[in-house]
This record gives sequence, structure tokens and C-alpha cells, in this order.
Amino acid sequence: MNWQDVLLWAVLPYVMVVVLVGGTIWRYRYDKFGWTTRSSELHESRLLRVGSPLFHFGLLVVIIGHVIGLIIPKSLTDAAGLSQQAYHVQALLLGGIAGFCTLAGVAILIYRRRTTGPVFMATTRNDKLMYVVLVAAIVAGLATTLLGAAGGEEHNYRLTVAPWFRSLFVLQPDIASMAGAGLAFQLHTLIGLLLFTIWPFTRLVHAFTAPLGYLFRPYIVYRSRQGGPAARPARRGWERI
Amino acid sequence: MHVMAQMGMVMNLDKCIGCHTCSVTCKQAWTNRSGVEYVWFNNVETRPGQGYPRRYQDQERWKGGWVRNRRGRLRLKAGGRFKKLLTIFANPVLPNIRDYYEPWTYDYEKLTEAPLGDDFPVAQPKSLLSGEPMAIEWSANWDDDLGGAPEHGPRDPIVERLRKESEDKVRFSYEQAFMFFLPRICEHCLNPSCVASCPSGAMYKRAEDGIVLVDQDRCRGWRMCVTGCPYKKVYFNHRTGKAEKCTFCYPRVEVGLPTVCSETCVGRLRYIGLFLYDADRVTAAASVENEQDLYEAQLDLLLDPTDPAVLDHARRDGIAEDWLEAARRSPVYRLAKTYRVALPLHPEFRTMPMVWYIPPLSPVVDRLAETGHDGEDAANLFGAIDALRIPIGYLAELFTAGDPAPVRGVLQKLAAMRSYMRDVTLDRPHNESIATAVGMTGGEIIEMYRLLAIAKYEERYVIPTAYSGEAHQLEELGCSLDVDGGPGMIGSGPFGEASGRATPVSVETFHALRDRQTSDHIADPGERGARINLLNWDGKGRPPGLFPPPRQTPPGPGDLTAGGAAAARTAELGEDGR
Repeated sequence: MNWQDVLLWAVLPYVMVVVLVGGTIWRYRYDKFGWTTRSSELHESRLLRVGSPLFHFGLLVVIIGHVIGLIIPKSLTDAAGLSQQAYHVQALLLGGIAGFCTLAGVAILIYRRRTTGPVFMATTRNDKLMYVVLVAAIVAGLATTLLGAAGGEEHNYRLTVAPWFRSLFVLQPDIASMAGAGLAFQLHTLIGLLLFTIWPFTRLVHAFTAPLGYLFRPYIVYRSRQGGPAARPARRGWERI
Repeated sequence: MHVMAQMGMVMNLDKCIGCHTCSVTCKQAWTNRSGVEYVWFNNVETRPGQGYPRRYQDQERWKGGWVRNRRGRLRLKAGGRFKKLLTIFANPVLPNIRDYYEPWTYDYEKLTEAPLGDDFPVAQPKSLLSGEPMAIEWSANWDDDLGGAPEHGPRDPIVERLRKESEDKVRFSYEQAFMFFLPRICEHCLNPSCVASCPSGAMYKRAEDGIVLVDQDRCRGWRMCVTGCPYKKVYFNHRTGKAEKCTFCYPRVEVGLPTVCSETCVGRLRYIGLFLYDADRVTAAASVENEQDLYEAQLDLLLDPTDPAVLDHARRDGIAEDWLEAARRSPVYRLAKTYRVALPLHPEFRTMPMVWYIPPLSPVVDRLAETGHDGEDAANLFGAIDALRIPIGYLAELFTAGDPAPVRGVLQKLAAMRSYMRDVTLDRPHNESIATAVGMTGGEIIEMYRLLAIAKYEERYVIPTAYSGEAHQLEELGCSLDVDGGPGMIGSGPFGEASGRATPVSVETFHALRDRQTSDHIADPGERGARINLLNWDGKGRPPGLFPPPRQTPPGPGDLTAGGAAAARTAELGEDGR
């Protein structure tokens, strides 16, 4: 275990968590007005209508795949009678298709962003940086999936990446198993860490306010003018009689 | 019964001359920023015409408002909660910018910088969205005064429906018979479908006065409200990524001033006042089976502010005494319910809109006068109202879901008022039979006449201030639209133009006012801090800096050229402006 491994697989993940949580709290407190999807559908909807659902729904499946792959230990699926071969096939099918949809979706969206004048004009440098990292993460992820299809023990992330991922939560990072993972996995993990680190400072924050509460609230929202008379301390000269 | 107060407006369409002053002042006050170049919280449409955005009334296409399902329950026309969330990544029925119009400016620089040549230089239109040269093909006000009516008029959704109903017998000849203007703002509905469509819960109806607002800090730009509103009066700011809408000028209304559109209305056709309504019965009223019963159901929700039982309930529900007094004096209640001359716009959308319209009688009168008849004789007018079936049908499609009876009733009352008042003015014996023919008394007609024709500022706008007990809070109400990428905010935050904190509007106003008062020259409107904010201009006087000063050229002795005269005039204006 050399110092590079410690830095990459024991220090960086926690730095990422601190920046992600701290950054999100900071942004929510100080930049609620900038917390938005910044939708450009008003300018162009034909390509968006294909690309955006493809990307977002693909991404949702990808997230589910990550959760299954990283959190459920291999011993559990073995006990359930799911052979390594069967697991591999379903992961490859599900992950491959979802990953491909995500990549195709984001490709359409970036093409649209570049070619539609008003949409391109509304693209900030921040957006461009975010797109680079996001696409890199997707491409690296898809590469790991395809490499996994090629087989080989070093490509079995359930024995390398997943134990390391779980060990992070108990604050005892299993540096050795991650260091033993294939280069593609390590690269994908690092890009992922970078993506989550810049997350709170990009438009991606809109994902944290996915409006699930909509399913449970009454249709019509009433709100009082902010605060009652007692909501703020009375200022000098304005004390209530 | 749960009594709530609702700020409402009535517009008397007979008086609208289509001057667009309301639209322009509203735009100056609220939407003169990039990101909302295409947005008109107040717009004036010529009818017949397609309106703004184009054909917004066609809900088969835009899916706004509510529909009643087979079980008699209300459902959002664009789909319920699950469908909304499933289509959140690409809203299938969001109007495109071209349905409003692509905002543009002109390349004025070319006019002065073009090299000398045989051709006149032209200021080419350039898109404000892409910066590219563009052809101007449509705008918010394209079919103004029936411009291009033969081409655009038949695409008016109401004309299409009328045609279908009369089996194509109606030719498009009635644009010669009538035309009128329809100023539109947000309806501040009792059953707002935009609020119901907002996934984030950022849109809300204010409990105190019923004004529908967007919380700019909670809006995430899911843009379902734009689809939800059948009047298409919620707009998407494409720069900040947030929804914006007419605010009923809440910072003005809270201190008892009318909205900017009303304040500046040249024809004085707008009335503002309170309605008291029963909030518990709103959903039931909006769900009545027959669309043509919606007008009555809506009227039925409005409570009589002189009824002691209603007042008792209102007090129990926390409505202050000065608000009840304002409700008793409310001009909008009198016009909508007592006289029944104001009608809601498109009640069939089932949103219970709270901006009401007195349908125009003048096309009928003018038409009658053209044919050589006495246009103000009651008998002639009553006959003509029915004879001109198409205007009635058209108005009915706008205001009563197609039921001509209430529209006919209103027009007859307006006609009766003209005839009755002619006798009063000419000192002839009053003909009570005219009044009784429309179910009113002569006294009522005179009262209605006073309200419609000569009501003063205080009678047209009966606006209770926010509770006096809370008055100290009015210094800065921490809400929404005045923090934006524009008037308050200078420069951009770290996450693009939309981010960062904005300066509250009152802070900006304070600095602007101080700069104006302490500087010894006329404010230069080019300076950011010196801009006049029409939002808190009460219409009195002419604040310095409202108009840009002409370029100062020092006049020579005895020089009476235009430049010298203009400079002299400016000096005068500057004096009397103070």
C-alpha cells in the first residue's frame, strides 16, 4: 500500500463527501435563486424531446444498477442462487442498454446545445466543464461495463470496487481491494469522485430537488404573506403598542 | 363556510381604445430585463384574432386548465401528478418561443457607421436570443387592429368553433361588423391550475388577498405551470430558468396603490376591489357538470359583504375590519354580482378566474348608427343586440362558455343605461320602463352609470392596505420577482448569470432616490443607479430622469437653433420636475 493509493482511495472519497455536503448546504443557503434546471426547452423542443428523456431515464436505470452492484454483496446473490454467470449477463444487458441510452441522450443534448444558437448562448463555462466531466464519467462507465463483458477476474468489480465502496461507510477504507481493481474501474471511480465534487457548484443540483413531494401535496397551495406580525423582531421605533 | 378575501379586477371593454399603455408601463415596471424580453404580463389583444401566445385558447392543443372526468372529479387537462413527473424531462406541450415571438432589436449602429454610398443604410432586425439577423414574422401584437385579419383572423380558435357550430354558413365578414380589444393579465384564479401543476410547490395563492405568485427561491424551472395555465400567463424566464408571472403589482397593492396597468390606463377602464368568497365551495363550483353553468357557479361563490352572517364568518376567519369595509365598497363586487354586467374570461377552463370583463356594446351601437337608425334608442338597441347574432355568439364563447343568455343580458343592461341616461341628460321625463325591462330600477341604473362613467380614482380602486398592525413589515417584503437577473442585480454570480443574491428592490430604489436628490444635475438614465423605477412612481409629477435629456450643446449668443431651444426647454422641465 503506497501513498498514492492512500491518497486516491482513502483521502479523496472523504474530501469529495465533505465538498459535496458542505457545498450543497452552502449553495442552498446562499444561492436558492440559482438553483434551477435552467431549462432551454423554450428555444428548442424537437431534439430535447428525444434526448432529454433518453438521458434522464437511462441515468435513473444506471443509478439503480450502481446501487445494486455496489451495495448488495456477492455473498448475498450467491446465497440467493444467482450464479456469477447469470448475474453478469443481467448486469451487462441492463447496464449496457441503460449506459448506451444515457450516452446517446447526452450526445443528442450536447449536439443540440452546440447547434441551436440561443441554447448555445445560454451555455456558461460552468456548464461546459460540467459536460466534460459528465460525459467522461459516462464513457468510462460504459467502458467498464464492456470490459466486464470480456470477462476476467480483475474485471469483477463485485470483488474489488464494491467492498471498497462499502468499507468507506464504516470509515475503514479497504484500500487494497480498490488498488487491485482494473485501470478502467479506477479511472471511472476517479471521474465519478470529480463529478460529485463539482456537483454542488453546477446546474446538476436540480437533481437534489426532484419534486417527489408533488405526489403527496394538495393541488392548491396557499401561503400567508411572509411571517405574521411576530415573525421578525420589532425594530427600534416600530415596537408594537 | 370559510371566508377568504380575493383581490379582483374588472375591465370595461367598451372603453378600451387599444393604446397598449397598460402593456408598456407594465413591461417597464416588471419585464424590461433580458430573459423576459418576450414576456408581457399585461397584453392587449384585438378580437377577433389569435392572441398571445398564438392560439392560446385552443386547449385541445395546449392542454391548459382543468377538465371534469366521468366521476365528476376535476383533473388537470395535461395529466395528473404521475404523468407530470413522467414527462418532467421534456414537457410535451410547452409553447415554443416562436408561439410567443422571437424578441429582436435593430442594428442601429449601421445607420451611422455605414460607408457613404448610393443606398440608404438599413437597421437590420437582429434576434435578441441568438444575435443573428432575423425576419420579423410574428409578435405579441401581430394582428393588432385586425391587421392581416383575412389571413390570421380565421385561425382565431373562437372563430373556428363558431364556424363549426354554424356549419360553415358564417363567412368571415364580421370583422367589418365588429372588433374590440381585450386587455389580459393573470386571472389570479380561485382554482389556479398553474399552482396545481407546479411540481416544486413554488407557486402559491396568497391567503390574505388571493394573489397568485411564484416563489423565485423555490422554483426549479420544471415549467409545468406554463402548460397548466390555460391563459398562458405564466412565463419562463429563459435566462434565470424560473417562472415569472403577473404579480398584481403586490408591492403597490399592499400599500393601497392600484396596479401599474390600472394606474396608467388612459381609458380608466379598470376597477380594482375585493371579493369575499367561500373557499370551501370552490372545488365543487369548479366541478359542475355543464360548462355553461360555471358562470353562475362562480357568481354563487361570491359572498354578499353586507350580509351579517357572512361578516361574522369573515371576522372569525381573521379578515380585518378595514378589509370588510373595503369589500362593502368594492366596485368589482357591484359590477360582477350586484349589477351582473361583468363576466369572467373563459369560465370553461374551470379555474374560476378573478379578472372580469364588461363586454363591449359599442360595436352594436356603431353598427346601428351606420344603418341610419337611432343608435341609443332602447327598442332599436334591444332589437339590434339579437340581430347581430355573431358578436353575441363570439362574446359568449369568450365569457360564458358559449351561452348567449348572460351576454345578451349584459348588453341589454348597457343599452338600457344609455337610453335611460339620455333622457336624464336631456332633462326629459325618465322612462322607468327601460329600467324595468332589464330588471333594474332607475336608481340602480343611475348608480351603475356613475360607477361606469364618472367614478373617481377612489371609487374605481378600493384597495385596503396590508394590515396596519403589520405596516412596519412593508419596508421590505422578502418575495420573489423583484429579485432577478435585472433591476436589482448587478453582474453575475459564480454559477452563471442566474446565480447569486439580488439587491432587494427597495434598497435599489433608496439608492436611486438618494442619488437623484443629492446630485446637482439631472439624472442620466444611462447610469444604472439613476434609472426611474415606474413601480413606485405614483403618477404625480415628472421625476427627473424619466426622460433622457437631449444632448447638451452650448448655445451661442443669440443662437435659436433646435439644440439651443431644446436645452432651454430641458432646464425648464428640470425646474418644474423638482
